[in-house]
This record gives sequence, C-alpha cells and structure tokens, in this order.
Amino acid sequence: MAEMLQLDFMRRALLAAVLVGMVAPVIGTFLVQRRLALLGDGIGHVALTGVALGFLTGTSPVVAAAIVAAIGAGLIELVRVRARTSGDVALALLFYGGIAGGVLLIGLAPGTTTATLTAYLFGSVSTVTSGDIVMVAVLAVLVLATVGYFGRELFVLCQDEEAARAHGLPVRMLSLVIAVTAALTVVLAMRVVGVLLVSALMVVPVAAAQQLSRSFRVTLALAVAIGVASALGGLSTAFYADVAPGAAIVLLALGVFAAAVAAGYLVRSARGMARSTRDAAGAPAEGTMPQTEQGGVASS
Amino acid sequence: MSTVTTGVPAQDRTSAGAAPAVRVADAAVAYDSTTVLSGVSLEVPAGEILAVLGSNGSGKSTLVRAMLGLVPLSSGSVELHGTPLRRFREWGRIGYVPQRLSAGGGVPATVREVVASGQVVRRRRLHRATAAERAAVGEALEAVDLADRARDSVHELSGGQQQRVLIARALAARPDTFFLDEPMAGVDAASQRALARTVTRLSAQGATVVLVLHEPGPLEPLIGRSIVLSGGGIVHDGAPPRPEGDCARPGHEHVHPHADPDPASAALPDIEVPRRG
Ligand SMILES: Nc1ncnc2c1ncn2[C@@H]1O[C@H](COP(=O)(O)OP(=O)(O)OP(=O)(O)O)[C@@H](O)[C@H]1O
Ligand SMILES: [Mg+2]
Repeated sequence: MAEMLQLDFMRRALLAAVLVGMVAPVIGTFLVQRRLALLGDGIGHVALTGVALGFLTGTSPVVAAAIVAAIGAGLIELVRVRARTSGDVALALLFYGGIAGGVLLIGLAPGTTTATLTAYLFGSVSTVTSGDIVMVAVLAVLVLATVGYFGRELFVLCQDEEAARAHGLPVRMLSLVIAVTAALTVVLAMRVVGVLLVSALMVVPVAAAQQLSRSFRVTLALAVAIGVASALGGLSTAFYADVAPGAAIVLLALGVFAAAVAAGYLVRSARGMARSTRDAAGAPAEGTMPQTEQGGVASS
Repeated sequence: MSTVTTGVPAQDRTSAGAAPAVRVADAAVAYDSTTVLSGVSLEVPAGEILAVLGSNGSGKSTLVRAMLGLVPLSSGSVELHGTPLRRFREWGRIGYVPQRLSAGGGVPATVREVVASGQVVRRRRLHRATAAERAAVGEALEAVDLADRARDSVHELSGGQQQRVLIARALAARPDTFFLDEPMAGVDAASQRALARTVTRLSAQGATVVLVLHEPGPLEPLIGRSIVLSGGGIVHDGAPPRPEGDCARPGHEHVHPHADPDPASAALPDIEVPRRG
C-alpha cells in the first residue's frame, strides 16, 4: 500500500476511484429503483460521441462528453414520454446512436483513430492528471448535492411516477434531473472504468446491497460502501497484479455481489426460521415485534 | 387504532359557501383518440363521501385520474378547491390511492419509507422529519394495522398488505381530500372494517372522499352519494343505489352474489375477486 501511495499518479488514480466508487452507486440506486438500470450504459455510449466530438473540435473530450451525454440523457427522457416507447427500447436507440456517432466522428478528427477511443472505452486511470481530478471532484460534488437536495422527490418519482404526479411534483423536471445527473456520473466514471463498464459501477454495488437490505436508505449507504471498497480494492489489485484497473474494479464488485447473494440467502433463511418458530409459539404479533419508533431507517 | 387527523383549515370546515372540493365541468377524456369519458359534469362538495361505481372499463379510474390531472382532458375543465387544476398548488391536501398491482420499485424500501414518502410535499428540504411528521407516519401505519411491519420491505408483503401500504401513504400527509381507487381490492374483511373506521373519522373531521368501489362492503353506511359510470358518462347520480335495484339495472356487471343481509358475513368472502398476487 505504501509503495503505491508514493507514486503521484497512483494517488490521483485512487482519489478518482474513490470519488467514482462513491458517486456512481448513489445515482445508480435511483436508476435501479426506476427500473432503468441500463441507462448509465446508454449514456456511456452517447458520451463516446461526445469524446469524439471533443477531439474533432479540439476541445476537452471530457467537457464535450459531459455536454453531449447530458443532451443524450435529456433526449432519452423525451423519447420515453413522447414516442410511447418503453424505456428499454429508448435505451437501445441511444446505445446504437452513441456508438455509431463516436466511431464516425473519431474517424473524421485529424490525427486520431478509433484507437484513441480505447482510453475512454476501457478507462485509463493511470493517466489521470490533477486537472482531471479537479473536474471529477467538481462533478462529484454536483451529483451528490443534487441528490441530497432532491432526494425525497427523486425517491417518490422512482418509486411511483403516478404518485409523484398526484403530489404535484414537477415530474418532467425531476426526470431530467435524474437523467442529467446520471450523465454527469457517467462522464465522471469514464476515466476510471471506461465507457463500457461505467454502468457496472452504478448497478452492481446496488444489486449487491439490495441482497442484504430491506430499506432504501440502507441499500443506498451499503451500495456506496461496496462501490468505494471495490474501487480501492480493484485499483490496488490492478497495480500489484498489473491487470486492467476498470476490469479489476468491476470484477471485484461482482465478487461482492456473489458473496452478498449467499449472505442474503443465509440471513433470510435465519430470519424466516426465527419468524416461523415465533409464530408457532403463538406469540401475538403486537408487542413482541419491534414497534415503529425504534427504527433508524425511517425515510427522511 | 389511533386517531388520524386531517389538516383541514378550520374555516374550510365551517364555511358553508366554500368552493366544492372537486368540480368537473363538461369533461372529456380520450386515450389515443378513443374517447373514454365525455360530457362529464360533477361537483363534490367539501366534506362529502362520494362513491364512483360502474363496471370494469367504464372509466372510473380515468375519472379519478382526470380529477388529479394525471390524464389530460380533451375538453372541459377540472377545479380542485376552487382552483383550476393547472394553478392548483395545495397538493398537500390531496391523498391519492392508485389502483395498483404493487407498492414497490426496483430497490427494496421499507413500509415506513414508502408511507413517509407520502409526506413529500409537506416536508422541509434538507431537514429530518419532525416529531409531528413521524407521529403522522406512525398513525397512518396503525390505521392500516401495519405498524408491526414498518421495518419490512414492501416487496415482502402480500398484495393486500401492499394495498394497505398505499392507503397509509395517502394518510401520512394528513390531507383533507382523498381519492381512493378501489382501496378495498384484495384487502381482507378486518382491514376493510379498519378502513371504514378511518374513513368515518376522516369524514367527521370534514374530509372529502372520492371512492371508486365495486363492493361497498363495510363502507356502505358512510356513502352519502354515489355516481354510476356507463357508456362514457354518468348514468346515475344521487343516493347510493340499493344493491337489489343496482343488480337489476340493465348492463350491470354482476360481480357479487346477492346481498347477504348480515353485513359482517357479507363482508367476508363477498369481496371482489382479487386481481393481485
Ligand atoms: N393507459 C391507457 N391507454 C389506453 N386506454 C386506456 C388506458 N387506461 C384505460 N384505458 C381504457 O379506458 C377505459 C376505462 O378504463 P378505466 O381504467 O378508467 O376503467 P375502470 O372503470 O377503472 O375499470 P376497473 O373496474 O377495471 O378498474 C377502458 O376501456 C380502458 O381500456
Ligand atoms: Mg379502475
């Protein structure tokens, strides 16, 4: 560990990985709840077009990716609402458009080939500059602040869109907030795990966390913990074993998922046994169960 | 069973000349250019309990959703508490229970989290729930007898229990105007009676309740007025139709066996065929 921390580029890489491991599962939890788990992937492909556009126009690929991805995310919301397409079809359209646009545009940019895109496809955390870190940190703060500010509304929206409208919430604006926040997260994570694996960090920690939890808040917190641990663990593994960092991070997260499935199974069967023995003993439900005010998991 | 109170402002409860809770004027609703409702006019005075009856597909849910702006009107207008829907902002006064298969999203959420989410418009941003807000959630849970399941995931509940979670969610913000779309569907007799007690108490506090029902069940004595939808319009508006007369009406879809005079036993196996798991 000490050896790793002495290297400047590794310190930056670790910082970027921690930020991504923290932020991606936050927005991912809302996407999974909304049953749009693959939205991150779709936006990632669009971001690729943005990267190519950045090279073509000579602007920063990350900035261009952020703008194009945000526009793409807004488009997907529009397609979902207007075109009477289900979410997954809208996503598929985004996938294809994004990857085709990226490959087409990068071919037009002078002095670049599709190989230029590789750093963005698979991530290149070891080449992260301090300028990148500032950018990533700003995006992370933006994403977390947005989710913190709109958290309750976003929970209602993702839980039950019709109820959100019956509460008079600005559903269209909130949908856009989610989509654009997801887009920023994707661009943030792009340097670390790459476009192809970007949505893994949004989805896999959440999938692992929900094996172990019955509450939205706990799932969210657990997913962040798993995301950060996977990012740190995967990056360290990559450093010492000399493997691709993005792949190591995602495989580690998948390992946690597998462990969580097993643990969740054990927890539930233990809980089920406790419940059935209690019921068999004929204990009245009221009074024997923890009552409402005890819980620390009350929704905000 | 604790007391469930509403946030009805005192002057609203007493002023006789107040605007109706809901006013629907010559409304028409179409899905994909198929007209489902047309020429519907209706006023629900504040404090009334209105039952909306009609066979499957007659547009009951559509009418309720139109009242809340969840489906656009192709013509006509809707006012809530005297304010046209587009300018209506007092959403904290509205409690809506959708006709729904389940209460869950893609991520686990506890019963308490879902119920508390009903308070979303009342909560202060970036603040924790106040004691009063937590108490309201507790009362809502008790009203549907789910206090002991508060920390369980809604995914782990049965269909009828999930329906009761949605009812509690509507109660949690202490609204004074309720739209309940078949709240009894899949709900057992004891919980139906509990809901009837809750509605009685809300009504005593001046709440307005629009109820979509197939089976009045234990709510029957509470219903002050009922409308029957058929063929895209209101074909009956007035006193609740007697069960016998209603069944005799042509076009009535016969969904329940003939009335058992004893309400307690009638409530038991007589409920509508549950459409959820
Ligand atoms: N989203 C939709 N798109 C298209 N048509 C719809 C939609 N929702 C309802 N309809 C149609 O509108 C009509 C009225 O539906 P609605 O759900 O209001 O009936 P309902 O009276 O609530 O029936 P139920 O007793 O089954 O709940 C039906 O013919 C239905 O096919
Ligand atoms: Mg209906």
